[in-house]
Amino acid sequence: MEFSLFGYQFSLFPIILSLKVAGLSTLASLILGTFAARLLARRRSVCAAVIDSLCTLPMVLPPTVLGYYLILLLGRNGVFGPALRELGLQFMFSWQGAVVAATVVVFPLIYKSAKTALEQVDANVEKAARTLGASELTVFFSISLPLAARGILSGAMLAFARGMGEFGATLMLAGNIPGKTQTLALAIYDAFQAGNDALAACLVILTSGICAVILITADYLLGGSR
Amino acid sequence: MIDLTVQTTLKGKQGSFSLDIHLQSSADRLVLFGPSGSGKTLTLQMIAGLIHPRRGRIVVGDTVFFDSEKGIDMPTRLRRVGYVFQDYALFPHMTVWQNLAFALRRHKENHAAHTGFFSFLPARLEEKDGESIRRMLELLEITHLADRRPSQISGGQKQRVALARVLLIAPRVLLLDEPFAALDPLLRIRMRKEVSRILSDCGVPLIMITHDPEDVDAFADDLAVYANGGILAMEEDFRGRTLFAQDSLSYLTDILNRGGHADRPHGFDDV
Repeated sequence: MEFSLFGYQFSLFPIILSLKVAGLSTLASLILGTFAARLLARRRSVCAAVIDSLCTLPMVLPPTVLGYYLILLLGRNGVFGPALRELGLQFMFSWQGAVVAATVVVFPLIYKSAKTALEQVDANVEKAARTLGASELTVFFSISLPLAARGILSGAMLAFARGMGEFGATLMLAGNIPGKTQTLALAIYDAFQAGNDALAACLVILTSGICAVILITADYLLGGSR
Repeated sequence: MIDLTVQTTLKGKQGSFSLDIHLQSSADRLVLFGPSGSGKTLTLQMIAGLIHPRRGRIVVGDTVFFDSEKGIDMPTRLRRVGYVFQDYALFPHMTVWQNLAFALRRHKENHAAHTGFFSFLPARLEEKDGESIRRMLELLEITHLADRRPSQISGGQKQRVALARVLLIAPRVLLLDEPFAALDPLLRIRMRKEVSRILSDCGVPLIMITHDPEDVDAFADDLAVYANGGILAMEEDFRGRTLFAQDSLSYLTDILNRGGHADRPHGFDDV
């Protein structure tokens, strides 16, 4: 899997891995983030405020700190290490680890936008559904979720673009193994460190292009922000 | 028709509000009249189960909705009350037809034979259900709006849709919250007549909130006058006894004097 640009040969692997990691982590965060947002939307208790902060924390913490926590939890000697080994799951130095790291990093983006979108749904419309005989499940899937969908999806697009560029947490947990866990962002760092400036520049342009296309597509699909 | 005794205290940004209501009426049409913030909407929300009183008992017809002593608290979705919100609360992402179909589906799930392995799936609508929706659209004279969205119809039309939607669940009682306040005066007169006609057609008992004396004249068999989280006066067989719209001021002054309320309720300061 190689292609050439300006006379240089590139491996396609980092691009495909980055798309796979960004896609899967966005999907996982979409489910987890929307679920968390549903639980915490319109709650005003102290407990809810604490959990809300915890859900937002990955957005402000340095990715290396997140990576460190993930190693403590998922590493070979980590809290869940033995249990994961039983299940045959290996997150250290594997592409699955890159997905987990990216999921944690992009989670707050989706959680925040989903929570805002769900809170903006007219409460009376949800109450009307309840008085008409709808269960909480029906209220959520037939009323709240469709009405909040645009907000949640725009969060997901941001998350995907952010996931494409994830570096720190991925490096800590999954490492930087060419052909195995080396994503676009890591490949750029490698190329630059090795003094291969032309390769780095090409990958930088490629990454910028992909992210720009994603954001423009998102804007178009969601009917524009205006 | 309704027997309600509730006590509760709500804490809000402007301090706490306490509600202490005893409301009993066997009339088909009960009007709750009073100024904004006197607890009328809270009463409706408690009947619908959207707010839970601290203690009390709510009985509609023969059905006990709430009884704090016996620990009864029927969930909102099973209470089958036709609550028409002040802003109508139509589902903005559905057409008029889909709004009505939503109600009918839920009614089938909760009250018809919707059991078995697939009962977690939404109820399916059959040919005769489509017929029920069509008949309801005809009754409310909104057949031509079936494919429109709520954002594409007028206020009066939204009200008809909201009424059609709640009538499809065969409500035990219709709860109307300031139904005509948002309409222009000419439409208001027409919709009063329409709602009156539909109520007689369907035989559903009504509890209506209003602060418009004209509504009292048009609807009140029984009248409950609210002020400050309590009921100031309860009038039975009120209809035709007085032209409330013309005499409401002297009537209210009268009950304020007659009731011997040392503390004049704040709500009526501006009457």
